[in-house]
Amino acid sequence: MYQFNYARPKSLAEAEALLAKADDPKLLAGGQTLIPTLKQRLAMPSDLIDIGGLKELDFIRAEGNAVMIGAATKHATVAQSPDVKKHNPALAALAEGIGDPAVRHMGTIGGSIANNDPASDYPAACLALDAKIHTTKRLIEADEFFKGMFETALEDGEIVKEITFPHPEKAAYMKFPNPASRYAMVGVFVSKGPWGIRVAVTGAGQDGVFRVKEMEDALAKSWSPDAVASIKIPAKGLNADLHGTAEYRAHLITVMAKRAVAAAG
Amino acid sequence: MSNAATGEGIGQPVRRKEDFRFITGNGHYTDDIARPRQTWAYFLRSPHAHAKIRKIDTRAAEAAPGVVAIFTGKHVADDGLGGLICGWTVSSKDGTPMKVGPHPILALDTVRYVGDHVAMVVAETLAEARSAAEMIDVDYETLPAAVALAACQSKEAPQVHPEAPRNTCFEWELGNKPETEAAFAKADKIVKLDLTNNRLIPNAMEPRAAIGEYDKGSGVYTLHTTSQNPHVARLVLSAFVGVAPEHKLRVIAPDVGGGFGSKIFIYAEETACVWAAAKVGRPIKWTADRSEAFLSDAHGRDHLSHAELALDKNGKFLALRVKTVANLGAYLSTFSASVPTYLYGTLLSGQYDIPAIYVEVDGVYTHTAPVDAYRGAGRPEATYLVERIVETAARETGIDPAEIRRRNFIRSFPHQTPVIMAYDAGDYEASLDAAMKAVDHKGFPARKAEAEKRGKLRGLGFSSYIEACGIAPSAAVGSLGAGVGLWESAEVRVNPTGNVEVLTGSHSHGQGHETTFAQLVASRLGIPMEQVEIVHGDTDKVQFGMGTYGSRSGAVGMSAIVKALDKIETKAKKIAAHLMEAAVEDIVFENGTFTVQGTDKSLPWAQLALSAYTAHGFPSAEIEPGLKEGAFYDPTNFTFPAGCHICEVEIDPDTGVTRIVNFVAVDDFGTIINPMIVEGQVHGGIAQGIGQALLEHGVYDPASGQLVTGSYMDYCMPRADDLPSFNLGFTKTVCPSNPLGMKGCGEAGAIASPPAIINAITDALGIRDIEMPATPARVWAAIQSRPRAAAAE
Repeated sequence: MYQFNYARPKSLAEAEALLAKADDPKLLAGGQTLIPTLKQRLAMPSDLIDIGGLKELDFIRAEGNAVMIGAATKHATVAQSPDVKKHNPALAALAEGIGDPAVRHMGTIGGSIANNDPASDYPAACLALDAKIHTTKRLIEADEFFKGMFETALEDGEIVKEITFPHPEKAAYMKFPNPASRYAMVGVFVSKGPWGIRVAVTGAGQDGVFRVKEMEDALAKSWSPDAVASIKIPAKGLNADLHGTAEYRAHLITVMAKRAVAAAG
Repeated sequence: MSNAATGEGIGQPVRRKEDFRFITGNGHYTDDIARPRQTWAYFLRSPHAHAKIRKIDTRAAEAAPGVVAIFTGKHVADDGLGGLICGWTVSSKDGTPMKVGPHPILALDTVRYVGDHVAMVVAETLAEARSAAEMIDVDYETLPAAVALAACQSKEAPQVHPEAPRNTCFEWELGNKPETEAAFAKADKIVKLDLTNNRLIPNAMEPRAAIGEYDKGSGVYTLHTTSQNPHVARLVLSAFVGVAPEHKLRVIAPDVGGGFGSKIFIYAEETACVWAAAKVGRPIKWTADRSEAFLSDAHGRDHLSHAELALDKNGKFLALRVKTVANLGAYLSTFSASVPTYLYGTLLSGQYDIPAIYVEVDGVYTHTAPVDAYRGAGRPEATYLVERIVETAARETGIDPAEIRRRNFIRSFPHQTPVIMAYDAGDYEASLDAAMKAVDHKGFPARKAEAEKRGKLRGLGFSSYIEACGIAPSAAVGSLGAGVGLWESAEVRVNPTGNVEVLTGSHSHGQGHETTFAQLVASRLGIPMEQVEIVHGDTDKVQFGMGTYGSRSGAVGMSAIVKALDKIETKAKKIAAHLMEAAVEDIVFENGTFTVQGTDKSLPWAQLALSAYTAHGFPSAEIEPGLKEGAFYDPTNFTFPAGCHICEVEIDPDTGVTRIVNFVAVDDFGTIINPMIVEGQVHGGIAQGIGQALLEHGVYDPASGQLVTGSYMDYCMPRADDLPSFNLGFTKTVCPSNPLGMKGCGEAGAIASPPAIINAITDALGIRDIEMPATPARVWAAIQSRPRAAAAE
């Protein structure tokens, strides 16, 4: 890696101040994407501001009809949380399936959504569960947050603090992993809740996570695997690489959606 | 106490002695070693598949912090250093030798693959070396690259080496063309198949590493390196590259974390480190990171083949003809010419009595990393071709796949094939029968029907394989173009206290030699294994050795130890006879004790060992003091492990995912020293075979020549959950050509398994072929394009 200044602020306020001051800073939380990127010399930030250890960002609370998760909460913590398992078992299962044990014990939910890797799992959950993303500056609806591949609505100096997940009535996530990387080649999160019905797809789209309106409408009429089974997703706009064509990914969206609806019950 | 009683004898599943140090972090790998005043090397590599180097400007880099020295191809050439060599010369059908382009240690004026070595930066730290390398200004003139193998022999293809027109290094042939043509002319049925054997990237757990150093006082160079054959490395570095005379160069291969062939070869990096150590007057260390390993380790396989099998009306094979184009990469690596020729064409008879065979192989240069031996080396490619076309013949003639094999098995030995090999022993039907029983062949239709009810597709695939290993008789390989002999050495040193050091030329990098070799010695001498130390991997300790590859350590390396032990026993009996005042013919050596036949006189091993060194009262004309013997063993034939693998798969047609639901391997390895280690070797081999068949693929972008699968994000290594629990069995015919009757087990799994898997998938889908790796995407696409009739089955 290249040289950089490293700071470990003691509070979110201090982190914000450091962020404002630095030339070309990067926030470091679990480091599961950033550290390998630095090691390969693919990024050259002037400052790393390590918020991974901030206690005020590491919490899970169930209040009212929602679960609040602090941005620096690790995937393993979400997966094992009694509150998440009780109110949002699909989210706990998703967290349990991210990466490998090392990634799950270091990586954080805030880091994952702020990075918005088009093949990561959490964006599908946020979008399908109508999550609210609280930052140091404002509240951003999940629908507004994910702006394309590695792009989010976050502005310079803005830090994710908390993600609020309203309880779903029914939900499930089905992932078809890339055989090599085990990232989602296609991941489909289906849900039914106060927001209605949502189907969010990660891994497949060139612009990152997206919703499938046709499937949502079909499920609104009839919540059953058969309702989505015959819906063909257009291949246009989907990724194609040596692991699969856009047509294959389009097909997998239907298969995973069907299986997710079946799993959601 | 006998070793059978202690559970340490031959045939016992003794736990591996070496594992304690490995799993407790006490191994000594090259990267664990730090030398005083050590510097670090970083290699600047070509970002282009093909380019002219107009100019290299290192001025800014030389001024960077921590930089000790920077070397380019010009420095190497000015010093008179030779390039890297290929140690096996193959000739074309017209008699001309293969066309070899130079392989400089550091590129001179042209780079020929992404990852080619351009400059070496030596600095106080690795980070400084790397940062300085980024400041080297290389003025490249990029050129079109020859990448897609099928197109590289055309007139229009960019040239890799001017020495090899149309990128063709050799046009080799083997077998009898007129006899083969005649057999095809009278055939009742001809089966044709085009096959791709996918490129693989080895990925040993420990990446390559080296530390070069030079002692000014003695003029001795020392190289620590990740090698499967340190003596061969020393020979090449001294005799061909010219780094130092052989007696002034010490090569040490300490603990090595896997090789799979990729660490046989002599590479540019270790050569540059040991050469430059004298220039900078300090040790130079280099350890590849995983990205460098992907780019610069020699890759494996990468064949395109067309095969035709001629049969009579009874399904009897009449002849086989094969045309293969083999990718050699941008430069010939140490043994690359032998792999697609003598290690491939010679195995095309499989387990079958095929009266006529003719094979042509074109070795082709491309602007990709060099391709050389990788676990199995040529034999997986041969087995894949034979077992795929035999299975296809069964389906096209309507003869049951097991039955067509039975009709064609070789049943009498020795058997001379039309492609050099003389098989010495085997019972192919025994392994087929055992494998069919183990897989419950009779129950398959019911299992298939049950799977169909669940919407899944089941298939069964056979692979009746044979391979040639224990390489090899020196005279035989010499006549075929090898630049070396392939014997092995051993030295048994008995210490005065009775414990034993065994020096062997077989290097251990995962095979468990410290255990199996010790089992052999302990059981022979009747002493506990803990009193036997296996010494290997250091040219200052072991006089010479040919190293470990081609599943040769047992059949060749242990045979050398047996020969040395024979000499030890002969001398020890002489000493015993003297001490017990008996005739040497009356001395019996059993369970660690010398006795005089017909008397109660006895002498334990330890006492004899001490007496050998006190030498009190020895008749000096007849008995020299000491107890140390060496031997060189040159095998009289290859060994021929064979067996039958059967794979049962279940495919999810919705996703294209193939699950291996049962994998049976029944192998005939002759005598087995340690069944636990043998099973481990088979497990590892099958895992790599499953990797090739379902997961792994080294892919270059055909236009740019960039390595697309340059990390684990895209190169799919097998993981535990990709593998079933293997169902292993063994049959036994003793190998007649070595004293222990051993055959070799290290590569069989990787050789045998891929066709079993692809035969199972094509059976499940009712299709003729699917390219490896049969990824979910490819399987799904194959299902989409199936003819309707097959889809409806």
